[in-house]
Order: sequence, then C-alpha cells, then structure tokens
Amino acid sequence: MPAATSSQTIGPFWHLLDHLEWADLTRFGAAGAQIMLAGSVIDGDGNPVTDAAVELWQSDPPADDRFPGFGRSRTDERGEFRFTTLKPGPVPGRGNAQQAPHLAITLHARGLLKGLVTRAYFAGEPLNETDPLLSSIEDPRRRATLIAEPEGKDRWRIDIRLQRGGQGETETVFLDI
Amino acid sequence: METARGRTPFRPYQPGTQPPYDAPAYGSTQKRHPHESLLRLPHTITETAGPRLSAAQFPPIPDLSAVDGKSALGERIIVHGLITDEDGRPIPHTIVEIWQANASGRYQHPADQHDAPLDPNFRGEGRAFTDDNGWYRFTSIKPGAYPWRNHHNAWRPNHIHFSFFGSGFAARLITQMYFPGDPLLELDPVFLSIPDEAARNRLICKFDISVTEPEWALGYRFDVVLRGREATPTEG
Repeated sequence: MPAATSSQTIGPFWHLLDHLEWADLTRFGAAGAQIMLAGSVIDGDGNPVTDAAVELWQSDPPADDRFPGFGRSRTDERGEFRFTTLKPGPVPGRGNAQQAPHLAITLHARGLLKGLVTRAYFAGEPLNETDPLLSSIEDPRRRATLIAEPEGKDRWRIDIRLQRGGQGETETVFLDI
Repeated sequence: METARGRTPFRPYQPGTQPPYDAPAYGSTQKRHPHESLLRLPHTITETAGPRLSAAQFPPIPDLSAVDGKSALGERIIVHGLITDEDGRPIPHTIVEIWQANASGRYQHPADQHDAPLDPNFRGEGRAFTDDNGWYRFTSIKPGAYPWRNHHNAWRPNHIHFSFFGSGFAARLITQMYFPGDPLLELDPVFLSIPDEAARNRLICKFDISVTEPEWALGYRFDVVLRGREATPTEG
C-alpha cells in the first residue's frame, strides 16, 4: 500500500497563486450572516510573519455553488490576515457530542515544512463550555488561543503565535489531525 | 459529501514519511516551529469533509509555457500524473495548483531578489483539475535552480511547487516535485527533512517518453498519493 506523499514547505514565493479575492468566501453570492475574521501571525521572537498563507475551511454552512467554504489570505507587512465569510453554526462531533461553531485554520509559510492546523471558535457561544476540543484543554490561557474575540459588530479577531515567547507569551494550540 | 465514506476519518500518516516542524538544518524553522506538543484531534466532520473547488469558479491555467501566445524561454516540459488515495482510488475532479521559478531560476515575485533575468512570457502559476480517472496535466518550462541564504553556497534544486486538496480537509497537501539526477538534492535541507529515503525519493518525477511530444516538449510523470480513510465499518 503506497504511503501518502510527503509534505514540503510552501516557501516564500507562493504569492504567485495569491488571489486577494479568495479571502472573501461570500464573493459568489452566498446568503447568510456575514462576519469578518482578522488576526496576526507572530513568530517566536514576537515578530510578524509577513509571508504566510492562511487558509480557512468550514463545514458549516455546507459548501455549495455560492459558498466554497474555503478561503486563502496572505499575511501583510504587519503579519495580518483577514477573511470575510458566513458565521458557522454548531456541527456534530463524535458520538452524540455537538461541537461549538468554529472555523478550521491552516498556516503555510517559509519555515513550515508542513501546514500548521488550528481552529477559531467564537467568544460567548454557550456551546464553547461543552465543546469536546475546548474542554480537553486544561490551561485556560492555552484554551483562549482558540477563541476569537469580538472586535465590533460581526468582526472577530484571533492572533496566532507560532511559538512560546521569551516573556512567557502563550503559544497557540495547534492540532495533530 | 454526506456519504458514509465522506464522513470516515483519515488514517494516520505512515511513520517517517512527513518532515518535522523543527528541522535545524533548515534555518527558517527555528522561530516558526511550535514548542508545545500538538493536540491530537480525532476527526470530526470539519476534518473529514473538505472544499470542492470547481473549474467554473477557479478557471484552469494548464499552460505556463506562453503568455499571450508568446513562448517563454527555456526547456519546454509536460508534467502529468495520477492522483490516488492510499488505497489506490483515483481522485477525480480535484484542483491541482502549481507555481515555480522561470528557466533562469527567478520567480515572478517582488520578494525574489536573485540576480537572474525575469521572463515577460513566463508567469509561473498553473491550475488544473484531475479528469474522471484522477489524471492531471500541465505544460510548462523546466525551472532553474536558484541560490538561497540558508547556509554558505546554498542552492535549491530545480523544483515545481504543488498544492492538492483531495477528498477532505485532513488530506490537504502542499509539496515540491523534483527532477531526476539533480546533484543538488543530496545537499538540500528541505528535501532531506523527510526522514524516510523512499518517501523522499517519491518526490522526484520520472522522465516519461510516452507523453514526450516530438519536436515540442519533454514529458515527466509525477504521481501523488493523498491520505486514505480508515476502513469503513461494515454493517452486521
């Protein structure tokens, strides 16, 4: 049985396939509650990661001809990415569990030989209390790295820290999927 | 996809086939690899489902070898291959993205400062979808090697970057295709970051006379395997 092909870094020049409109998942006419999600990507020295491809995927609302469920945003000179998408609802978990609304996020960049996967949940959602993934993280500071905070009406923010900082800054929880 | 198979978790990667996050010989990993352990997440619908990008919304760019009918400089090549999962099932109608340097080893990118000429007839971006049987095909130019600053006298081997989506989010793959006989491979910390030698060597395409076109272009074949799913539980 053949093994899955090995990963290699996206490298610094992936902007050849950077299309700014991909960061707007509503551009094909998707109907529903729009939100914006922004954040910055920060390295172990506290410097912005200015050459990352941030990819967003959500299984809810289900993808269709007007909603791809997938987007890509480059980080800018401040390490900032920004998406426009539809607010996800709860989705089934394993067994009888229900998962709180969330977005899946993958980072690709120079220096990452394979993608780093994380999630963005939304502060204030009652289901966050019982979400299987969030509940499994004991350290509240680490759990908080997966929760986007409101930044105005329908605007959310989540910063992603690749590495624990020298001043004890908390590293984002990354997922082994 | 709401079928039982579309909800089935993906299998773990086989040991040694994937590079680590922390690879000291590749300097850029130093400040970008996590220090904490990754949190293992049993797959849910978020990981088992995935985007289905369509050619109608993401128009194919299958020929990189010319811009507005004007040929790019360099050695014209055809790159084709079969995309399957680990069970050998072809993956039809899935998007394949590529990007690469031109024949001189220079990317059409503002951050690339390598002192090699740009080619106005080469952009370096391609996009295709696999056919009903899982095959993709591009026409391009053989990319040049180029220097980078990882260590003294460091040069990347000739390569084409590839991006695949497959049948679910957890099967997403970004990789690089290399060319046979390249002496830079055994010196390249990106290539060498993959522990398993056989896995590494599967990133090297094969010359393929069957798609080589007389008086036109050399053919290469690069097959790709995306993660397979766990065996579907059978009823009763």
